[in-house]
Amino acid sequence: MQNLFLWGGGIWGGIGLAVLQILALVVIMLVCIAFLLLFDRKVWAAVQLRKGPNVVGPFGLLQSFADLIKFVLKEVIIPAGANKTVFLLAPIITLSLALVGWAVIPVAPGWVVANLNVGVLYLFAISSLGVYGIIMGGWASNSKYPFLGGLRSAAQMVSYEVSIGFVIVTVLLLVGSLNLSDVVNHQGGGIWNWHAFAFPTIFVMFPMFVIFFISALAETNRPPFDLPEAESELVAGYQVEYSSSPYLMFMIGEYVSIVLMCAMLTILFFGGWHMPIPIPVPAGTPDWLISLGGLLVFMVKVTFFFFLFAMVKAIVPRYRYDQLMRLGWKIFLPTSLVAVVIIGGYMTFLNAQARPAFEAIDTNKSDYLEAPELTAVTLPAGLDTNNDGKISWHEYRAGAGT
Amino acid sequence: MALIAFYILSTVVVLSALFVVAARNPVHSVLWLILTFFTSAGLLVLIGAEFLAMLLVVVYVGAVAVLFLFVVMMLDIDFVALKQGFQNYLVVGLLVALALLAEIGIVAAAATFGGGATFQPSPGAATNAEALSKVLYTDYLLLFQMSGVVLLVAMMGAIVLTLRSRPSVKRQSIAEQVGRKRKDAVELKDVRPGQGI
Repeated sequence: MQNLFLWGGGIWGGIGLAVLQILALVVIMLVCIAFLLLFDRKVWAAVQLRKGPNVVGPFGLLQSFADLIKFVLKEVIIPAGANKTVFLLAPIITLSLALVGWAVIPVAPGWVVANLNVGVLYLFAISSLGVYGIIMGGWASNSKYPFLGGLRSAAQMVSYEVSIGFVIVTVLLLVGSLNLSDVVNHQGGGIWNWHAFAFPTIFVMFPMFVIFFISALAETNRPPFDLPEAESELVAGYQVEYSSSPYLMFMIGEYVSIVLMCAMLTILFFGGWHMPIPIPVPAGTPDWLISLGGLLVFMVKVTFFFFLFAMVKAIVPRYRYDQLMRLGWKIFLPTSLVAVVIIGGYMTFLNAQARPAFEAIDTNKSDYLEAPELTAVTLPAGLDTNNDGKISWHEYRAGAGT
Repeated sequence: MALIAFYILSTVVVLSALFVVAARNPVHSVLWLILTFFTSAGLLVLIGAEFLAMLLVVVYVGAVAVLFLFVVMMLDIDFVALKQGFQNYLVVGLLVALALLAEIGIVAAAATFGGGATFQPSPGAATNAEALSKVLYTDYLLLFQMSGVVLLVAMMGAIVLTLRSRPSVKRQSIAEQVGRKRKDAVELKDVRPGQGI
């Protein structure tokens, strides 16, 4: 959101700006989550031919806020034998980790709280930490069902992280950068450039997209992989002993991380804020208007993936535990490994074709195209994506090489 | 600002590392250990090694410490019995600690006064990941690949050691299930009234 608020110099201005951006992101997102929660319940109800929540507000629109008030006003009950500190720490960790992941998500052109160079790895790291909230809550409750739920979720989330990691590697190989904004920029120019549909990698990347989607379901403990909280086996799994606001934190954390996974699907495979068919922007349109349009496109895509998550919850029956493990380790892991090899080979082939042209321009062999070399040739504009005055091999390949 | 952040982070690292040893409950120990790892990642970010920091979080916090926690949570530990051997091991523990301290001292002295090692792997590279890969996949390719092979062998060894086939256990065979035809499973009998099969 760099171009939204620009004021103040020095370190305190920077900190104030960052705090404002974070607040704006969190508040807007939590309000969106409140309506997405209702959307989730409405979809579920529609599949089962019910009406769903329809009492509070018009069409039940205020249901989530009524729930919020109810949760917050109830008494917090801590079991006598529970490990108090860890018991209360667990939901806080779940919620804050889910929120922290949003720091690197570029929601619109230039609108990102932290434009990290290792953004993808950061997201991967944060999503791999999500297991701690559940496992700590399960252990600290000092009760059988929560403990079993915690153990299940630990094994499940560690297993599916592996395939998620390899799927992310295939995307990174295509882009050649760990920066999420670069990943989105790489898919600009229409639906035929989105990673899930780009020719000829569609034959590998579309299956990778499906694998990522299913792994995301398992990673967020959503049905059909909600074994840590399977009500027919474990009552409510790791959250049996939780009540009122700690429970609320678990629930919001879960939904925030689900929407985070939807955002990751959008950014990695569905072109982020880019339109399916590029619309020419009239010259002189202010930057913030373009960004706002991008934000809308991004939100529509995220909502679409959330709809898919809700439909899967409504339609697919729960997996058995051994089937879940088999799917993760014996099917997804080998498939994604093979895909990494194929995409790696494909990129090597492409690089081998573009590299000689790059080296012909790079007369002083510095691995960068600097000012004197650039004046000698005509290259397409906008190649220098990080604006450092010279063009690296990655920038060249992303823009002109392929 | 970076200096203040460094002192805050390193205080947290040292304190949480202390609590790893001092905590009575082993699960608390592992939780402190996780905090130590996480804060060390913050220190790595401060010196500009963001790629290494993320790897530290992914590998140690996201995978290794989860398995630690997994195992430790399931242990039923008698704290009194655990404390009895304390004095026997004290001397050995102190010796190991001294050796570690001396090694860190030697490395720090060599880095400060030797002037040999630099923190920048390849100064020309644009990002961390690029800088590391330029070294790993050129100068140290053999060592890098060999350590991968060692890990693979270790993994296979662990699988071979624990894999045992128990014929008494019924297992689901997906291929068998899917490959089953209707005529293998269902037989149509023409049952006459009053006769049975």
